[in-house]
Amino acid sequence: MALTARQTNALRAGVLLSPAYLWLTVAVFLPLSAMLFFSFLSAAPFTTDDWHFTTSNYTAFFSRSLYPDLLGRSLLLSAVVTLCCVIIGYPCAYVLAKQIKGRSREALFLLIILPFWSNSLVRIFSWAIVLRGNGIIDHTIEAILPVDVSINLMFSFPAIVIGLVHSYLPYVILTCYLALQAIDDTLIDAARSLGAPFRTIFVRLILPLSLPGLAAGAVLIFVPVAGSFMEPRILGGRMGTFYGTVIEDQFVAVFNWPLGAALSFILLAVVLVILGAASPVLRHAR
Amino acid sequence: MKTINRRLALGTISLMAMMAGASFASAAEIRVLNWQGYGTDEAFAVEAFEKKTGTTVVHDYFTSEQEMLTKLRTNPGAYDVVLVNSAFTGQAKAEGLITKIDTSDISNFADLAPNLGQNADLVPGGDVYGVAWTWGVTSLTVNKDVVKPAPTSLNVLWDPQYAGKVSIRDDGVEAVQFAALATGQGINDIKDLDAVKAKLKALMPQIKTFWSSENDWNQFFSAGDFVVSTFWSGGAGRSASKGLPVEFIVPEEGAIGWLDSLAIPTASTHQAEARAFINWMIDPEFYVKWAANGAPSSASNKANAALPDTDFNKVTLGDPAVVARVQFMAPLSDDTRKAYLELWQDVKTAQ
Repeated sequence: MALTARQTNALRAGVLLSPAYLWLTVAVFLPLSAMLFFSFLSAAPFTTDDWHFTTSNYTAFFSRSLYPDLLGRSLLLSAVVTLCCVIIGYPCAYVLAKQIKGRSREALFLLIILPFWSNSLVRIFSWAIVLRGNGIIDHTIEAILPVDVSINLMFSFPAIVIGLVHSYLPYVILTCYLALQAIDDTLIDAARSLGAPFRTIFVRLILPLSLPGLAAGAVLIFVPVAGSFMEPRILGGRMGTFYGTVIEDQFVAVFNWPLGAALSFILLAVVLVILGAASPVLRHAR
Repeated sequence: MKTINRRLALGTISLMAMMAGASFASAAEIRVLNWQGYGTDEAFAVEAFEKKTGTTVVHDYFTSEQEMLTKLRTNPGAYDVVLVNSAFTGQAKAEGLITKIDTSDISNFADLAPNLGQNADLVPGGDVYGVAWTWGVTSLTVNKDVVKPAPTSLNVLWDPQYAGKVSIRDDGVEAVQFAALATGQGINDIKDLDAVKAKLKALMPQIKTFWSSENDWNQFFSAGDFVVSTFWSGGAGRSASKGLPVEFIVPEEGAIGWLDSLAIPTASTHQAEARAFINWMIDPEFYVKWAANGAPSSASNKANAALPDTDFNKVTLGDPAVVARVQFMAPLSDDTRKAYLELWQDVKTAQ
């Protein structure tokens, strides 16, 4: 039986796509569905036989100001971390894409991707050593300057931001780099030949054309940071209670999986709403 | 349908276990169910017991209290001695898993510290369902180079002198129980939760960070992040032996204790041998040898007294007056646990 060209294409697409979709089904869709199911139960079925369906886990979110407060705090953390990553990462990506050529670019790239090669827990613990009072920073400054300093950032909000920015910075650099590199240099040359100063070229040409990459990077950072729990716990000390740590408590401290699952889905919903609200900007960028 | 299948499967397994027990266990073999590496399976102890009584000891292990209960439920007759934490004795008894122990032939029973051997959870209504074996405490631990003289009150955690130099474990139940002690309440009978909450709120500005594991604690303590903290007696002993300047204190308000007991399953077919083994486990001769390899504090006053005077457990917990101050954790319902966690989350978020 001879296949038409279209059928062959469809078959090929199916074969090529199926591993990815199979993986997504098994690794993402099924666990998420299980969690969605759990979030409507009164108790996790493997701890007791006495369970029933309920929406009380969702109403629990609104019954105490604790959860909305913490969610707000986590979203604020996300916004701060994303902003820092963009401010640091975008210029870096610009220089890599437009100013540096050849082998040195490869070497610099390697340095940016390097954090990905170490376990995130190791990274956070090494920050704990650096940020601690009477730690490496203090000793270094004291060695250079003849003053007694004590910079103790450990166990504070800035410490959490520093740790998270370090972890997520490569995302924004990589996505911005790809977007910036795709901008045709002749466009910039043309603008320059018509007498546009750099500021105009940047605002009217480079920024709009690279906005999709910037937006993608920002989303990649904003979403996981909103649910982060390990970094706040280790670097935040007593200030380290966030929405993510409360979800973790539900799973590991009180074994209240249904409430933990419900809180997770509320976070997912809130993040989706925020992304939805931002989508006109993203669409415009495209 | 699912439950029926599960029951069928469990029934088959227990039947097989019973047959196995019947065919392999001669009169001279007892089976012990415990955490791995927790005293009963010390090679010297098993050997000495066999030499003394002719009874061989076989071990099986659990990795959580729930697993212990499950093994007792599904393998009746497979075990003769089982380690039961005092917070679980009531449940195991209610399910008929463990039996009343006749202590008349356990000659070392009389040496147990009265509030351990006669602990209300282990000895409900005067019947012994678990022989108190080992215990430990979560209590106050200070840096003795900095905090001088050693405090006697838990309120040192709230002392403005140590603001920013204090730590407790990030655990709702433990935080609430310590605040209960500091406000003069019993840890198992907290009536005034508002006072507990106010006390914890006042503690927050004192705290540098929370600790969550023994390794954490040692790191923070060594780095000087805190000088006053809560800690486990076992952990404090290990830190002290590593040369850290720790002083473990059971303050006048009391401390939070755990108590492990040895119990006999209802279905055990070698109860006399089991009692003999339990007697050996609370024997000073066994305990002194075990303590040299690092053991928690023994429930037997006589065994503790036989330790060398430099032993950490003896120094910190050996005094019967100290033992009397310790309050032992009773079982907690899920609702109470949840309420404590919520209170703790409120306190942490409200700062």
